[in-house]
Amino acid sequence: MTAEFTRNHFELLGLPPAFAVDLQALERAYRELQGRVHPDRFAAASEAERRVAMQWAARANEAYRTLRNPIDRARYLLGLKGYDTGEESNTAMPPDFLMQQMAWREQVEEGLGSRDPAALEALRGEIGRERAEMHALLARALGDERNYDAGCSLVRKLRFLDRLEAEVDDALETLAEGAR
Amino acid sequence: MSLLQISEPGLSPEPHQRRIAVGIDLGTTHSLVATVRSGSAECLPDGQGRILLPSIVHYAAGTDPVVGQDAQALAADDPANTIVSVKRFMGRGVADVAKYGALPYRFVDAPGMVAIETAAGLRSPVQVSADILHTLRARAEASLGGELFGAVVTVPAYFDDAQRQATKDAARIAGLNVLRLLNEPTAAAIAYGLDNASEGTFAIFDLGGGTFDLSILRLTRGVFEVLATSGDSALGGDDFDQAIAVHWRVTHGLADASGRDTRRLLAAARSVKERLSAEESADAQVTLTWGQQLHLRLTRAEFEEITAPLVQKTLGPTRKALRDAGLAVADVDGVVLVGGATRMPHLQRAVARFFGREPLVNLDPEQVVALGAAIQANALAGNRGAGEDWLLLDVIPLSLGLETMGGLVEKVIPRNSTIPVARAQEFTTFRDGQSAMAIHVVQGERELVSDCRSLARFELRGIPPMVAGAARIVVTFQVDADGLLSVSAQEKTTGVSAAVAVKPSYGLTDDEVARMLREGFDHAQADRDARALAEQQVEADGLVAALAGALDEDGDLLPPPERERLDAALASLAAARGGSDHRALKQAVEALNRASEPFAARRMDRSVARALAGRRLDEVPTK
Repeated sequence: MTAEFTRNHFELLGLPPAFAVDLQALERAYRELQGRVHPDRFAAASEAERRVAMQWAARANEAYRTLRNPIDRARYLLGLKGYDTGEESNTAMPPDFLMQQMAWREQVEEGLGSRDPAALEALRGEIGRERAEMHALLARALGDERNYDAGCSLVRKLRFLDRLEAEVDDALETLAEGAR
Repeated sequence: MSLLQISEPGLSPEPHQRRIAVGIDLGTTHSLVATVRSGSAECLPDGQGRILLPSIVHYAAGTDPVVGQDAQALAADDPANTIVSVKRFMGRGVADVAKYGALPYRFVDAPGMVAIETAAGLRSPVQVSADILHTLRARAEASLGGELFGAVVTVPAYFDDAQRQATKDAARIAGLNVLRLLNEPTAAAIAYGLDNASEGTFAIFDLGGGTFDLSILRLTRGVFEVLATSGDSALGGDDFDQAIAVHWRVTHGLADASGRDTRRLLAAARSVKERLSAEESADAQVTLTWGQQLHLRLTRAEFEEITAPLVQKTLGPTRKALRDAGLAVADVDGVVLVGGATRMPHLQRAVARFFGREPLVNLDPEQVVALGAAIQANALAGNRGAGEDWLLLDVIPLSLGLETMGGLVEKVIPRNSTIPVARAQEFTTFRDGQSAMAIHVVQGERELVSDCRSLARFELRGIPPMVAGAARIVVTFQVDADGLLSVSAQEKTTGVSAAVAVKPSYGLTDDEVARMLREGFDHAQADRDARALAEQQVEADGLVAALAGALDEDGDLLPPPERERLDAALASLAAARGGSDHRALKQAVEALNRASEPFAARRMDRSVARALAGRRLDEVPTK
């Protein structure tokens, strides 16, 4: 392992280690890095150089993928601070969030049962707003507040929102297919 | 010890030499080869001016295979020995090919992939494809007047690992240096992107002879980024022919037509289908083997009715790709049609209706893939000119995972991950004292192993005895820029580590490829040795030139002991280069490659460090 290869994702892409990232700067940095290390740049080079290029390009893809996705980025930042988000082990949620979860799940069932795509789209919008709010809270928790326990809890909630959104999309797809 | 030659600073060690590189579209029905000449991509015709080579190979005892139009002429009379649409059998087992209905071939179940019994002996689909590629290689070398440096060969984006590995093996057997396997829709986008300087989000709708691919790509200044890809590797123009043939069999009471008659019906069906793109109805005459004359007729309305379910089948994967990309139909700035089958009017209407816009058709849908592959081949060969500094970021089409307890799949790399990609995941033992672990690698989106495609099985042995759940087995998946997977496993707890690396086994082993190479080029031993030596010499010279250039630029990165090791490896290579033993030369090349690996890593480090430093300097004044 060389010095640059072991840098963390933020260092590698030249970004400050914060939850709020400038997505355009992230994309620019990623493309510039891939422009240097991608195997396509070494197709006519020695086997050793091609192998190194493949490892580096995979490394760049991993860094970009992690930092681009808010949940992955938050989890990675928490990991750098020594916190485990415990998504598999810690399933405890605050009671009000649990109530909210149940209400949302019922709405998915209802939208599917009454074949009402508009209701499902509305729910999708609500999930989007909820997510934006949690992202703002995460930025504060991982920023000035340094409240990493709250950060872990927010990551777990966001994971739930992602799964819920996938269920809504599945329901919408089922309705779209049934309509044909 | 021999001294290294170092050229003057600023001068490359060799005068600029243009490398001949081609793009090959190895299609289900047709194959073609293209190259970049004086800055623009063009398809290369054969001696008779024909660009499309029918992907058909005819085998007879004791002679060379016949490929293309000449084989097509033999298809109706000798269907069992005339292999049509072989691409559908690549990397496929007997159960898979059964799905294609009645076919006139004698399939033999071989491990991992079917083989076909022909008059010339048993032929793997890989060899049949190699015969097609060999014809295209000969065509390119004849018209470009020299040995090929390398080729980019296209594959459907939806091809799984087995099908990709089989394609790469076929190219190797045909004597091609594969610069890259490239997804067909991506190739089409390259052809369009560079021709039209387009920017935006594009859907590439590619319905070929045997496969359907739908890819969503984003083109921004200089970067082609595949956002999502989806499709059906068993849906294509051939299915429309089949549908017509089935319709005729029913309407004319031909339920038990022979292989030969089936082939004739299919040929008539194809011709009628093609004419229906321009005409309202079409006729065909078929003489059956028992002498009966059939007058067949189909109207466009009938054709559209019997093939409507096939058109509908393309829309499911289209919706899935959009969803994976996180996009709505309205976000798509253009739709590109690829493949001869997209000429069908009802298909064009369905695509236009789905996307709410007319698709782009300004490049020939049958040539666009080969043209894009040629542009990429030219760039990979190092021939890119100023202003051609673009980069292609592609994805894997299907998720890769492992079997866990209960026949469930644990996904390790999700579909649409940008390649190359490496991902490690930890597993543990199920029983106390368990000393071995069976690793089963699968590909697909379903939850159950039985619903996914099995890629490889191997065992990790020598796990030290521990209680259940205490061992830490790290399984690493690595997918290279061609979309090919390799897997390794390692036990970590006790410091004792056992590791096994596998290449998935559905492909061919190096021995099998070597055997097919021998069969394919039936030369005397001396000829083969001469050829192998010439190949190794090119390889060795290329490596020495590349290394000289690298030392010229970054020689200061090498600490003296490492430099000495490198110089020793170079000296051994120089000695072997002077001899006539191709095996010794190959070993010396491999040794030099190994010796230069730390140097390659340091060079990359420096390049990345410079990029980081440059970025920081750039950002200072703006803040």
